[in-house]
Amino acid sequence: MNDSYSYLDGNAAAGELREIFAVDVTTAGGQCAGCGRTAVLADVRLYVRAPGLVARCRECDAVLLRLVRGPGRAWLDLRGLTCLELAMPDDS
Amino acid sequence: MSWRVATVVALRDQSPTARSIYLDVPGWPGHAAGQHVDVRLTAPDGYTAVRSYSIASAVDGDGVELTVEQLADGEVSPYLGSELVVGDLLEIRGPIGGWFVWRPDQREPIQLIAGGSGVVPLLAIARSHSAAGNQSPIRLLYSVREPTSVIHSAELEELARRDDGLILTYAFTRSAPPGWNRPPGRVDAALLADSTWPTELSPTCYVCGPTGFVETVADLLVGAGHDPARVRTERFGPTGGIR
Repeated sequence: MNDSYSYLDGNAAAGELREIFAVDVTTAGGQCAGCGRTAVLADVRLYVRAPGLVARCRECDAVLLRLVRGPGRAWLDLRGLTCLELAMPDDS
Repeated sequence: MSWRVATVVALRDQSPTARSIYLDVPGWPGHAAGQHVDVRLTAPDGYTAVRSYSIASAVDGDGVELTVEQLADGEVSPYLGSELVVGDLLEIRGPIGGWFVWRPDQREPIQLIAGGSGVVPLLAIARSHSAAGNQSPIRLLYSVREPTSVIHSAELEELARRDDGLILTYAFTRSAPPGWNRPPGRVDAALLADSTWPTELSPTCYVCGPTGFVETVADLLVGAGHDPARVRTERFGPTGGIR
């Protein structure tokens, strides 16, 4: 138990992602483009000591998601995720 | 999701370094136990800082309680921990996060494991469990540096006194009260075996604390045979993330 760990969980990105998406995407399953592992985004590693947020796969460490905010702008790079599986209500 | 203006209606010290902030948030939509909010502070020059804090309270109208641990080198927590007064306004956004949550329709046993101020969202779960009259067995292992670091002790002990209430175990890492049954030390496999639900009960485990603590405990739980899908974690770090 030391402070050398520099990552958190995907949970911690929920607020910033909720500004962009209409639903909470941290509860979605996402498949890693690197190794194929599927994980709930809330449970991936999230690095916050960067100019933005960087989510990485727990298995292979590949970058899944990058989110950078600037004045009046956001840049969202999702190339590390091949698919997102979201729970959707059936009443639509 | 937009920012709301919350009014500080009460403050209460929980330990030498932690205090609870009681907020009135008009139109608060309610939350699930385990969720957090983002708090945004804006300096006179327009500089803003956003930090995430777990909600300590069960749903109660427009009321939201946060408990903030003051970090010596923090940018936001010293303000919230020392300078904030009743009547001040804070910008908050939430509730946030749908994964590290407990809902009253869950029926499986609940295992809560806290490191330090990681107890805050777990207190929300214990409060919600009690308020809902949920009959699932619930247990908390609370690892903390020393007796004076324990936060919300009176309420945790009250929840533990109830029939079928919370089973509460403290573990001290630096110094324990005189005569304590376990020498001070980190959470280890033996402590988990003694003080948490066995794997056969298939509990959902909620682990919250500093990243290193969560990493250690989650690995021990999975190593003991818990289904990784039933081990939910929330890590917080020194410079960002959920407090």
